[in-house]
Amino acid sequence: MAISRAEVVHVARLARLALTDEELDRFAGQLDAILEAVGKVSELDLSGVEPTLHPLELSNVWAEDAPQPSLPVEDALANAPEVEDDAFRVPAG
Amino acid sequence: MIDTLRLTAEEAQRLIERGEVSGAELHRAYLDATAERDPELHAYLCTVEETEGGGVPIALKDVISTRGVETTAASKILAGYKPPFDATVAARCKQAGLPLIGKTNLDEFAMGSSTENSAYGPTRNPWDPSRVPGGSSGGSTAAVAAGMAPWALGSDTGGSIKQPAALCGVVGLRPTYGTVSRYGIVAFASSLDQVGPIAKNVRDCALLHRIVAGRDANDTTTVELPEPIEIPEAVDLKGLRVGVPKELNEAEGIEPGVSDAVNRTIELCRELGAEVGECSLPRSVEFGLPCYYLIAPSEASSNLARYDGVRYGLRVEDGDVRTMYERTRDAGFGDEPKRRIMLGTYALSAGYYEAYYGQAQKVRTVIRQEHAAAFEHFDVLVSPTSPTIAFELGARTANPLAMYAADLLTIPSNMAGLPGLSIPCGLSEGLPVGFQLIGRQFSENLLFRAGHALEQAIGFDVVPERLQ
Repeated sequence: MAISRAEVVHVARLARLALTDEELDRFAGQLDAILEAVGKVSELDLSGVEPTLHPLELSNVWAEDAPQPSLPVEDALANAPEVEDDAFRVPAG
Repeated sequence: MIDTLRLTAEEAQRLIERGEVSGAELHRAYLDATAERDPELHAYLCTVEETEGGGVPIALKDVISTRGVETTAASKILAGYKPPFDATVAARCKQAGLPLIGKTNLDEFAMGSSTENSAYGPTRNPWDPSRVPGGSSGGSTAAVAAGMAPWALGSDTGGSIKQPAALCGVVGLRPTYGTVSRYGIVAFASSLDQVGPIAKNVRDCALLHRIVAGRDANDTTTVELPEPIEIPEAVDLKGLRVGVPKELNEAEGIEPGVSDAVNRTIELCRELGAEVGECSLPRSVEFGLPCYYLIAPSEASSNLARYDGVRYGLRVEDGDVRTMYERTRDAGFGDEPKRRIMLGTYALSAGYYEAYYGQAQKVRTVIRQEHAAAFEHFDVLVSPTSPTIAFELGARTANPLAMYAADLLTIPSNMAGLPGLSIPCGLSEGLPVGFQLIGRQFSENLLFRAGHALEQAIGFDVVPERLQ
């Protein structure tokens, strides 16, 4: 087994997903099968190979540090579930 | 009477220039076609009645932010979200005067190969509504195939433009990574995501690509195009060296009818004057899919962390802030995003990072090197776009791995950051087969020329028989 149900519970917690028991059962089997399949990458000995982080070799992309108009506060808040005093409001605790 | 099934974007532009039709009349014609056919096909998540701009109307995949127009990425977690700004590609379409017809359906967060993962219901294939249009840009490709849009934009991470273009019998370009801005695009896997054009023919694809491509100061991964996009006129392939990667053409799971159509097209390349030879991408094909399904979910698990019920979208109120996050995300995401978030979170977690994500990034280097070696001898590599024709709705939904295999042939070149064009090359069992042309980075003009010459010689009828 590539991943146990207990590990799936742990991963769901890390990912901030309150999965139901039914979901945990279903995903545990599916994730196990997927991890079996993708684990194939370990068959290759790539000890001397550099990783590809990005398909284009760009580095240090600079821009002028010039002020630009920014999003008005009311636009930025327009889609928020709850707002208070020009700020996003979240539950306490 | 405008025949939206046959009218190309280029012809539409000419009608507008001659004053024979207005942008508003065209816009209305596509909305009427949509009202007629979309109740069956469900290519659109929403349509826009007001005509803004006098040019050729366009449909945009619903990962593209449109100011004031609901943008959900086909997820419940973004239900009702109206972006306060336009994505750069949407802004460029507006500047070019292209009225928006509507926002097209997709697999939730562009995760899928059939458009069945949409939280708002699947899109159906205009060639056969019992079958999928492919995905994730299945709404955009179905809209174009069914004459509900002359052209559209999609996005492609592992094959999400090329594969549905193939299954719907239209042309789709996945551009070179870094040529089209992702500013305002709902992010999935940032080292792979690209926006690209979908149209009825290669020239329309090139015209649309010319409108949206090029550096954007708001996306620092974009670069200046080394040469302007040309509208292709080539009628032959003289001097072109066409490589046929053995593994991409003989992979397990390629249907015989698909191989037949692709082999006929390869023969046509010879007849049009190309030099055709075999080449090999052994590890790219064998390890491409596992490599992709580590890198894309890992990046997705990070990108989708932003959906937390705080700034926009769904919130499930329940207890403290952490419980709110967890309940919101459980209620808002569908199964596929959950699977990929979990897979990515696991692959990036302490103790597994090097073995999974780190190793996959090294495999990606091997894939790039194999492609670079092939391009020492060839100008373009060809293969089927999809191993199969459009499959029945529901055929793969219970088995994620079977669904993932739909992208077997599009993933390797995507991992290498290379551009790929899919053109329809024939029918198998009455359904379209796509021909994939892969080029070096920034070789879009060459792909357009080769695709255009082939398209003329193939003479594929892009109008689905059942709609004629």
